[in-house]
Amino acid sequence: MARSVDQIFIHAKEWLLSPLAGRAPDWLIQIASSLINIAAVLGVFLTLFALISVLERKILGRMQNRYGPNRVGPFGLLQPVADGIKMLIKEDIVPARADKVVHFLAPIVVAAAAILALGVIPYGRNMTPFVIDGGILFFFAVGSTTELAVFMAGWGSNNKFSMLGAMRAIAQMISYELPLIITVLPVVMVVGSLNPDKIVFAQKYYSFGFVPHWFVFTPWGATAFILFFVSGLVESNRTPFDVPEGESEIVAGHMTEYSGFKYATFFMAEYLGMFAVSGLAVTLFLGGWHAPLPWFAFIPSYVWFFAKLSILLFVFIWIRGTLPRVRVDQMMNFAWKFMLPMAFTCLVSAAVWHYAGRRLSGWLWSFAVVAIVYFGLSLFLDTGKKFTPRTYRFAE
Amino acid sequence: MNTVTFTIIAIFTLTFALAAATNPRLMHAALSFAVMFVGIAAFFFLLGAEFVGLVQIFVYVGAVAVLIVFTILLTRRDPEKTRGFNWGGVVIAIAVFVGLVWAILKSTSVSIAPPVIKALTVKQIGMALMGSYVWPLLCVGVLLTAALIGALILVLEDKRQ
Repeated sequence: MARSVDQIFIHAKEWLLSPLAGRAPDWLIQIASSLINIAAVLGVFLTLFALISVLERKILGRMQNRYGPNRVGPFGLLQPVADGIKMLIKEDIVPARADKVVHFLAPIVVAAAAILALGVIPYGRNMTPFVIDGGILFFFAVGSTTELAVFMAGWGSNNKFSMLGAMRAIAQMISYELPLIITVLPVVMVVGSLNPDKIVFAQKYYSFGFVPHWFVFTPWGATAFILFFVSGLVESNRTPFDVPEGESEIVAGHMTEYSGFKYATFFMAEYLGMFAVSGLAVTLFLGGWHAPLPWFAFIPSYVWFFAKLSILLFVFIWIRGTLPRVRVDQMMNFAWKFMLPMAFTCLVSAAVWHYAGRRLSGWLWSFAVVAIVYFGLSLFLDTGKKFTPRTYRFAE
Repeated sequence: MNTVTFTIIAIFTLTFALAAATNPRLMHAALSFAVMFVGIAAFFFLLGAEFVGLVQIFVYVGAVAVLIVFTILLTRRDPEKTRGFNWGGVVIAIAVFVGLVWAILKSTSVSIAPPVIKALTVKQIGMALMGSYVWPLLCVGVLLTAALIGALILVLEDKRQ
């Protein structure tokens, strides 16, 4: 029973494909199967986007001691419908001096990259939309095209704020892509595969019958998870790292000259990127679709995946409601002086864990490596820096 | 099926390569160049070398194209200005093309039986890189580190003045 509920979507897909089976040629079945996968990914994540856009406003409202949207539908849940209609009927303004083609293509490329990245994540048992041996590499290869798209948006708009915003966005994306990718490497090393499904399978056992073998429970895994999450915040341009669109400085960065549905597309791409990074974090460090305790394994795998995803998304919103925006130079310093060395430490620490036998002693040795580097770095980076009263030269 | 796919990808790649070579607006040319790289990655996918294809996208679209775009932006006073036609480039391109064609025609053709293409796993590539090709890999690593340090020194020099 639990088994069939778990595989209900797989059976549904087989049922949809059954009229074709045996009659149509193989390539047609393959294309139909891919189309079903694409439709499922788009359907699920666009619905989730609509939901999260209103939930974010509700949660932020709660945190700021106000109600948030509560007029459209029950609890304001139909707000995204109203927003969507508003965005669709807005006037689409293209600046006269803009590079029309590039200006038009930029939001499409951004959204396409985000959607493609969602394709390789295992959402449940046998539920990976696009199975590929180098899935993790695919994720980052597709993600890296976002930089070019952001540049296209900034350049195509022919506006100084757009260009500055695009420059900032690319600078921070390139800087944080390094820790993002290097923190993935220990997992790839330990599992010995770039395939997301194999990474999830490697985390399926439990110690003492109840401690799951998720990588987040090892010292290197925990460090890598935190670094990955912070880099993910930066890559999806979320507060406190939303410097590219700092509205108090450069209007809306590379999105300044976009209006109507193109702006909505950027907005959607940002959220889809957030889902993709969170989904990958769940896959790599939080055991993918496995249950946290063996007794809960009867609950379908996709429920667990989306439960973990929702928790991460909540943390994203929580951070947005709590932290102020950082300055560009602070952010860059943080990336190169702290994140990058720590990311390399994860690599070493994972190797120590592996060669010390993946047991308690390995756990402790690995923890020691992370702790030593962490304290060393904090001593080294803080030397001679005393906090003195701030002096203002111009604004007094 | 493969021939059809090959033709489509070839037309796609050649179109954008031509656009990159002939488009008078420099930025459009650079962006077409990036799209052309995607076409080449598609070739690798078609050949079953999915790792190489992904690295192609990762390195060329994600890094080299951004580098080219930034170079244009930082070195030209007016990147919007249309460029003239470079006849020297045409001569060099034709020379390279003729040389390649001559080399291909001269080589004796081996049996044409279609080879069975096995998808190369990442593990095999890793083994090859860490085994027989470890010295070239290390040399490239040293070279890239040297380039990185060189770039840093250039920036530092700038600051001191």
